[in-house]
Amino acid sequence: MTDKTVDAFTRALLDVDRLAAKQILQKRGHDTSPIKFAEDVVLPALERIGAGWQAGTLALSQVYMAGRICEDLIDQILPPEDPDRKNQPKMAICILSDHHKLGKIMVYSFLRASGFDLADYGVMEVDDLVGQVKKDKIDILLISVLMLPSALKIKAVKQKLARLGCDVKLIVGGAPFRFDDQLWKTVGADAMCRDASDAVAVIEKIMEGMA
Amino acid sequence: MNQTSVTSMQRVLTTLGHREPDQVPFFLLATLHGAKEVGLPIKTYFSDPDNVVEGQMRLLAKYRHDCIYSFFYAPVEIAAFGGEVIFMDDGPPNSGEPVIKKAGDIKNLAVPDVKNTPCLEKVLTATHRLKERVKDTVPIIGVVMSPFSLPVMQMGFDRYFDLMFDKPDLFAHLMQVNQAFCLAWANAQLAAGATAICYFDPISSTTITTRDMYLKIGFKIAKQTLAKINGPTATHMASGRCLPIIDDIAATGTAAVGVSCHENMTLIKNACRDKLAVIGNLNGIEMCRWSSEDAENHVKEVITKAGPGGGFILSDNHGEIPFQVPDEVLMAISEAVHEWGRYPLNWTADK
Ligand code: B12
Repeated sequence: MTDKTVDAFTRALLDVDRLAAKQILQKRGHDTSPIKFAEDVVLPALERIGAGWQAGTLALSQVYMAGRICEDLIDQILPPEDPDRKNQPKMAICILSDHHKLGKIMVYSFLRASGFDLADYGVMEVDDLVGQVKKDKIDILLISVLMLPSALKIKAVKQKLARLGCDVKLIVGGAPFRFDDQLWKTVGADAMCRDASDAVAVIEKIMEGMA
Repeated sequence: MNQTSVTSMQRVLTTLGHREPDQVPFFLLATLHGAKEVGLPIKTYFSDPDNVVEGQMRLLAKYRHDCIYSFFYAPVEIAAFGGEVIFMDDGPPNSGEPVIKKAGDIKNLAVPDVKNTPCLEKVLTATHRLKERVKDTVPIIGVVMSPFSLPVMQMGFDRYFDLMFDKPDLFAHLMQVNQAFCLAWANAQLAAGATAICYFDPISSTTITTRDMYLKIGFKIAKQTLAKINGPTATHMASGRCLPIIDDIAATGTAAVGVSCHENMTLIKNACRDKLAVIGNLNGIEMCRWSSEDAENHVKEVITKAGPGGGFILSDNHGEIPFQVPDEVLMAISEAVHEWGRYPLNWTADK
């Protein structure tokens, strides 16, 4: 796969051209497995688009549509339970306390489009979330919020998990964290992402630490 | 109130005319702090318009700023459409489950009657009573959600994007309903005593949609809607970015634009000069942990960049101060504007 393929794929995503994106996927060589395509083409394209959003040159509508197209494509060639999906830590994602689902939907799409698998807990309150994480023996918990009071509740999640002896890494994201770059530390998270496509790099870094 | 004989209204009108008033006007767009002032839980506070009147009057006396904010919370419009509002003790009320659950619901959506909807009547009553108190000395800022931004609360953001991209006919119908409501709601607030309407349109911001989409949709809707609002308007991006569409925003006929802390204020000021007054752009979320010194520095910085020549109102960047921002910080901001905002701003020349 060349940079040119990534360029073409990125263009197709930004033009919301599902057909062109699919053709690039179909034209990949026989030696390129689905997971390799996800890693070498889909992820770099999504990361470029995410970086464009952070820099203010692209809009959320483009990031959202790109994630959706990729998730659909990857699901066609790499079904959810495929053993080829990465050998991963146990992960879950949720929205804490508020009803604003878009951030979570986007992160979930991006991770699945990049070949990861994770549980989707939907909207959770602190105590239910802590119980579920313990029960499922989750290694990495991703939390999305939109409202500041919801972000502040992450502190309680962290404390309660620690009290139960759960060694869970917390990755947080959502608008309040993009406006205060210290907030993730205040609430006791292990990492913060400014954009959905940042999550892959952060997860990979945590996985290195776990290995 | 302010020490000088110039009223807040005169100060604001002068700056909107792109001239320098006696001092930089200061809009403290605080809603939840009114509840703190009168010592009531947030839900109780908003249940009775007299609480809001009292809260706004106390904030005005305490922080000596230049407007009354008759805004309750964005989901009041969702309640008008029959939706649910979720209150919390330490933050703004939020919209609950979407009122539009499936595409077909859009066809059946009726425009709420603004004069006979209890939640809206409370806002109108508060506006009217505030007007009796301040008369023409302090501008009263009413709020509407733009027809293009309201659907996020009506149907959820992901489904709204899907509608925008995949179902143009239904999308157009929803815009018609929302536009009719937005106009009626804005004009009812003006009739009740609001001086101007703040048109919240973050979905048009380039953080959320592209300039192309703005020109095709958000811009057209804004231009049509603002033309039929019977009073002056300001457009607010609710902390989304807008530098690439400043000229377009000016062409909608609005008088001012509320901008994000993520913008470069020097570039914004240059782009807006003599076309749009700038409102902004202190970071409300970061403000929660500011010291008094931080507050003063941020105020000085924004005045340096946007104050000279007038056409500037100092404010937060979102159009609402988070509940967690301590009173001491708001006081430090107020004191800094009063100290450093006196025109002519000679001190900014050495910056
Ligand atoms: C558009 C907008 C609106 C629209 C629609 C809002 C909505 N979604 O319901 C309207 C005009 C209706 C509105 C209203 C309000 N809003 Co508003 N709004 C915005 C704006 C501009 C964008 C919000 C948005 O939905 N973005 C889309 C999401 C997907 O973006 P995101 O959360 O940043 O997520 C991205 C990344 O952060 C990341 N990410 C997200 N989660 C996670 C998780 C993980 C693990 C990872 C890795 C990454 C990640 O991925 C996403 C995509 O890349 C923001 C300011 C801004 N510039 O962001 C304010 C903002 C969200 N609003 C805010 C507020 C307060 C409100 C109101 C409560 C105001 C009021 N008093 O009524 C209402 C409530 C609305 C409601 N639904 O009940 C505040 C919230 C923070 C706070 N102060 O508490 C914000 C942040 C503004 C600010 N600077 O303070 N708003």
